[in-house]
Amino acid sequence: MPVESVFPRLEPLLTQVQKPVQYVGGELNAQVKDWDACDVRWALMYPDAYEVGLPNQGLQILYEVLNEREGTLAERTYSVWPDLEGLMREHGVPQFTVDAHRPVGAFDVFGLSFATELGYTNMLAALDLAGIPLEAKDRDESHPVVLAGGHAAFNPEPIADFIDAAVLGDGEEAVLLITDVIRAWKGEGSPGGRAELLLRLARTGSVYIPRYYDVEYLEDGRIRRVVPNTPGVPWRVSKHTVMNLDEWPYPKQPLVPLAETVHERMSVEVFRGCTRGCRFCQAGMITRPVRERSITTIGEMVDAGLKATGFQEVGLLSLSSADHSEIAEVTKGLADRYEGTNTSLSLPSTRVDAFNIDLANELTRNGRRSGLTFAPEGGTDRMRKVINKMVTEDDLIRTVAAAYGAGWRQVKLYFMCGLPTETDEDVVAIARVAKRVIETGRQVSGKRDIRCTVSIGGFVPKPHTPFQWAAQLDHETTDARLAKLRDAIRADRDYAKAIGFRYHDGKPGIVEGLLSRGDRRVGKVIRAVYEDGGRFDGWSEHFSFDRWMACADSALADEPVDVSWYTTRERDKAEVLPWDHLDSGLDKEWLWDDWQDAVDEVEVDDCRWNPCFDCGVCPQMGTDIQIGPTGRTLLPLTPVGR
Amino acid sequence: MARTPEGPPPPPVVQRLRIRWAKRGRLRFTSHRDFQRAFERALRRANVPVAYSAGFSPHPKISYAGAAPTGTASEAEYVEVGLQERVELEPVRAALDAALAPGLDILEIVEAAPGALADRLEASHWRIELPGVGVGVAEAAAEAFLVAPEVKVERLTKDGVRTFDARGAVARLGVLDGSARGPLDDSARGPLDDSARGPLDAPGAQREGREGPCAILDVVVRHGIPTVRPDDVLSGLRSVADLVPPEPPRAVRLAQGPLDEATGIVGDPLAHDRDAVGASGIPSTA
Ligand code: SF4
Repeated sequence: MPVESVFPRLEPLLTQVQKPVQYVGGELNAQVKDWDACDVRWALMYPDAYEVGLPNQGLQILYEVLNEREGTLAERTYSVWPDLEGLMREHGVPQFTVDAHRPVGAFDVFGLSFATELGYTNMLAALDLAGIPLEAKDRDESHPVVLAGGHAAFNPEPIADFIDAAVLGDGEEAVLLITDVIRAWKGEGSPGGRAELLLRLARTGSVYIPRYYDVEYLEDGRIRRVVPNTPGVPWRVSKHTVMNLDEWPYPKQPLVPLAETVHERMSVEVFRGCTRGCRFCQAGMITRPVRERSITTIGEMVDAGLKATGFQEVGLLSLSSADHSEIAEVTKGLADRYEGTNTSLSLPSTRVDAFNIDLANELTRNGRRSGLTFAPEGGTDRMRKVINKMVTEDDLIRTVAAAYGAGWRQVKLYFMCGLPTETDEDVVAIARVAKRVIETGRQVSGKRDIRCTVSIGGFVPKPHTPFQWAAQLDHETTDARLAKLRDAIRADRDYAKAIGFRYHDGKPGIVEGLLSRGDRRVGKVIRAVYEDGGRFDGWSEHFSFDRWMACADSALADEPVDVSWYTTRERDKAEVLPWDHLDSGLDKEWLWDDWQDAVDEVEVDDCRWNPCFDCGVCPQMGTDIQIGPTGRTLLPLTPVGR
Repeated sequence: MARTPEGPPPPPVVQRLRIRWAKRGRLRFTSHRDFQRAFERALRRANVPVAYSAGFSPHPKISYAGAAPTGTASEAEYVEVGLQERVELEPVRAALDAALAPGLDILEIVEAAPGALADRLEASHWRIELPGVGVGVAEAAAEAFLVAPEVKVERLTKDGVRTFDARGAVARLGVLDGSARGPLDDSARGPLDDSARGPLDAPGAQREGREGPCAILDVVVRHGIPTVRPDDVLSGLRSVADLVPPEPPRAVRLAQGPLDEATGIVGDPLAHDRDAVGASGIPSTA
């Protein structure tokens, strides 16, 4: 049955909204496949505004992987701003894809990628606009399978009532697996309806179907256990890990938007995973082991991507790009290849060492050296031992000296506030560090106009990390500590002008904490916030802490738990955590030991250059570290724009 | 001391291209800034040897003529590009067109002859469809507008509300009947229509055949400060004759160029270059 485009109905509304171009699609490299020639159809959503969602690599990769498959199509949809949402409700226009403006409700799968939990209210808005019942139990065969992915899906319990399924880990193979299951089921005439399809997905062992698990609680509010309620459903659901990134060189044809977005560049992921072992970092923990893309594939992807897009900037992405075993060869090779072409390269890396500066110098051979960023994360050597950031203050000072000496004028330092065991002194110490940085910079550069910016945000404990048991710092104390730091920075007039101070107040972190470590009972809070008008919680102008707290009070009134129970409470070893049945590969014993090591200020070395520290991932997932060096070099190519 | 780029200064401009492009279909919602970014990327993808300015952040030598407002379509937008190497016109036109999303279409490229293009863009010819508005009503409104010595309109700018006269700039204002031709029916829209819509919106994207009247305003507006836009003409019609279209109007710029005050016809601004040097593409016929 053909599915009509909603564009004729949408078009008159577009003249009445801000930045209408974000809703029209038509991006370079976008694809529109024939609806009737496909039997499995995906609507992919990044539940935030187009300007943030479009550049998202994960979604672009899946879009391409699915569209390359015969008989399978994928289109994209993003959150609409409240101005258009109001008009769509008034005129009965449903949530649509930007590719062919098809109604999201007509697809087989509605897949949402959650980089952060703050997109949950936007998911509810999209479901409602799409005409899909908010709660999974109210859906039937006519509705898409609502599927969550992305880092937040490692604990999807707070949205368990709203989603039909969740996928943990890398999406490339997972979406194809799900496509095959749906195709087979549809091919057989959809036997057993929606329940059967979801059961088949559950039985793969790597798609989490919340409805097939019951959560039992203890009287005091803790979880007693989580048990499968249907035969054949596994006790634990595993994450997906793509091995050999060279076989998955996506995106091959990156999307180039007409609208302005947050990243006006193309990105090539140089590796996945990170084993530096920073204890606060969920991304590092859940993406193990490290899998590098080879220097040759990186070179080819950069070349093909630039030709396909016309972008002027290439970012070499990963969790810590300077750690790639051949990153020096990659950067030099690319800098040589694109010298004199107005193509610039960037390497997001915040490693505190001289090698990182060498790389940055290479990438700015003939360009301006404006700012370099380092992330010591903790203010004192003690604090950095707790979080396993193996950098001393002297290392940091040596590094910034090298940076200012090489002509960089500004150094940005990232820190966190509210880390486990932290005291006021650990945070106020950042002021002293910043002064030493300026002092050192003035000495080595011989100039007074160098700058240092201190950027600090509140720490939120995350599932599947050693800090998953930790108490989150309440927002009042966070704000008070940040105020003390601000005063300490301002106290010395000789330095105050050279030091910029950026901070985020503690309130949004509490909501993020509630959603990160919440269980199924938190779903009622999310729904109440959504119904009260909550949207775009990642945007300070839309976020309302008071609304979240008021809704939590009423939605949790009958429960023995509240917001502080989820956030500022430390858990003990025996507690069943809401995500224990979701397997990131990390051994819970190992995580607990690492948590104890943190409290004892004991560090652990990276398993790429040291013996395996038995985090559990490789044996549990049947994976291995994949790193170079390969010893190969970049092929000489004739770049565009020469 | 600031570092300066090493090496010789960038090569000089050896050829200047004047380009007419169209903004069609759903891409009429692109803003001028959106087009600029897309165009600069397209120049890189198409390997056009654009000349750059000197300095640490060299910028390409591109100058854009006054853009049709976001939400209006156009068959006559202009941009000029300085090149550091000479090129053949037609291959560049085709490559640029292919490098832009369908709906942003490169129609014609000529090599610039002496004389500034901006000086020749004296006026714009607009066609504004008013679905739901009868021809009689539109004619009465147009007449009231034309007899008024001055029609003050307000426009919200980023510096607040600005009030100015919309009447003085209007050189011609006629009313056509679009309902008989099925105003929003693609087949009748000929060259104005959004030929890009097909591949973009297909399948299942046929415009719903709309019933009812549809007046079309045929307007020629002299450029000035501020330039009077289709919105302003519509505001003027509202203020002189209470004309409030029940559905959002759709405007398309048919031509920009020198104005023949006697006839109210807008000429082709590239005619001079084409005669003097050469062209590739479809000359503007409006
Ligand atoms: S199992 Fe060992 S080798 Fe694999 S990621 Fe964990 S520590 Fe590293």
